[in-house]
Amino acid sequence: MTCEELLRALNEVIDDQSALALYHEFADHLAGCNPCHLVIDNIRKTIQLYKAGEPYLMPDGFQDRFRDALRAKWKAKFPDATT
Amino acid sequence: MDPTTRSPPGDTTAADDLALLRLAQTGDFAAFEGLVGRLQGRVYGVAYRILGQAQDAEDVVQQTFLSLIEHIDTFRGESAVATWVLRIATNFALKILRKKRGLPTVPFDEQDESFDTLPHPDYIAQWREAPDSLVERAELRELLDRAIAELDDKYRVVFVLRDIEELSTEETADALGLSISNVKVRLLRARMQLRERLTRELGDEATRVQPDHTH
Repeated sequence: MTCEELLRALNEVIDDQSALALYHEFADHLAGCNPCHLVIDNIRKTIQLYKAGEPYLMPDGFQDRFRDALRAKWKAKFPDATT
Repeated sequence: MDPTTRSPPGDTTAADDLALLRLAQTGDFAAFEGLVGRLQGRVYGVAYRILGQAQDAEDVVQQTFLSLIEHIDTFRGESAVATWVLRIATNFALKILRKKRGLPTVPFDEQDESFDTLPHPDYIAQWREAPDSLVERAELRELLDRAIAELDDKYRVVFVLRDIEELSTEETADALGLSISNVKVRLLRARMQLRERLTRELGDEATRVQPDHTH
């Protein structure tokens, strides 16, 4: 396997934890190619950072307007329901 | 509804969401509000990352949940409730994006993309710090926001749905009207570009290695 071939298969290597065990050519290539090893490590950390970030909080001022809009729509959809 | 309520993906179990939705379908507004509280943060996050603007993201949140009320009877349980809601939100976000770009349909339409022309990694190095310690840094959010905003729209949307919201490749393809093959290519391009950008900022120059394309 070449670096080029590994590049095309990166999604599988990153998404499937068993890929390295299943496909010996991945593991064999990575064992002898530090640049590819680092690229995969960088991508995994990139994804980890985006997943780990603090959630975006909706502005407080929006909440009241949002809730009022939902209530009005709900009353139109379910006229007999209490909100 | 608590303004700061935001259940992380791991806390929003599909069974709980479905139970609330079923109650809401009978006219139970409290159950609907519970569902909104569990999902609004994810919807806002998806919209903000796609659109990069708070006002537009608020519009997406409101449109999404109003649409959910309108079509609440139509949920057939073919996907998780959260996936269904995120798909609705993504469609609203894409509409806004197209309008802002002055485009009728592109850039999300199906266009065959190939693995053949992938950009090669250039700056390759170990990162100076582990992600666990990086997330503590106040300036990280700005870096992540800038890097994702620099992605082409069609790559950013796929990355948000697949890697941040953890939709499957099939769910992402369905939400965006793309083939599975194109989702995979676009995801890889997004990952490669973000890796390059972040590694230039966070990489340890002393560990930098040159790419070796000879083997």
